[in-house]
Amino acid sequence: MTVTSIRKDAEKRTMTLTAEFTATVAGVWQLWADPRRLERWWGPPTHPATVVEHDLRAGGTVSYFVTGPDGERSPGWWRVLAVTPPSGLEFELGDPGIPDLLVRVRIEERPGGARMVIVTTFPTTGAMDQLLVMGFEQGLATAVGQVDALLAAEPTAG
Amino acid sequence: MVVDEVERAALDDVFHALADGTRRDIVVRTLEVEYSVSALSRLYPMTFAAVQKHVAVLERAALVTKRRSGREQLVSGNVDTVRRAARLLDRLEVIWLARMERFGAVLAEDPEPGASAEGRKSMPEKGTA
Repeated sequence: MTVTSIRKDAEKRTMTLTAEFTATVAGVWQLWADPRRLERWWGPPTHPATVVEHDLRAGGTVSYFVTGPDGERSPGWWRVLAVTPPSGLEFELGDPGIPDLLVRVRIEERPGGARMVIVTTFPTTGAMDQLLVMGFEQGLATAVGQVDALLAAEPTAG
Repeated sequence: MVVDEVERAALDDVFHALADGTRRDIVVRTLEVEYSVSALSRLYPMTFAAVQKHVAVLERAALVTKRRSGREQLVSGNVDTVRRAARLLDRLEVIWLARMERFGAVLAEDPEPGASAEGRKSMPEKGTA
């Protein structure tokens, strides 16, 4: 597997990730469509995912929880918006620790295998949008830079 | 993807707090210099009480801290929280890169899991089918 590109576009509020595999399109699709396979890659080894509900249809829900090292469970979910097996999937993602996102997955054939493009979009209204697009980031960068400079000047910062 | 519960709850508060233009403006201003709530309330077309409410939301999210000085409440921005929020896009990248790493590993462990649906050329297999 190779992630061939990852692009962040602040103006469009998107992150676009492209990965290439030697497997078939159908093979790649199965990792989304089969809950047991999904569990094997969705959460990191320290926080494995358990899929509770897997209704991969427009209007359906995929719900899961991840279990932390201390046994604590954090829930997450997809609200499925569109499904076109084996090449397309679109859902809203409520992932622990991250604002809700729109995720669009496209899987297509390429010579020698499959290419998967995942576009995640921050909601049009809300903080991330503003954080990234508006002058806030500018004001932020300036303000944070000033504080960093102050901290650097202090021998026992932190 | 996974942050601990405390941080998760905190981040939800942070994003809720930052979803409002006035509150973002308050954060930017108070990062640079301390403002009293009454000084802030003169900046916006709203009542003192309304501004105080905004400040309370920011305070709950740890985006600002408040201290008393005589009859004034002084507000200053909390740079650590702001920085954490701004790092989210980077975090998202890390999360998905790690996911793709595992995705590839699962595909490799489990060669062509969808092949049966595709009727691929099957690997020659010995023994009984």
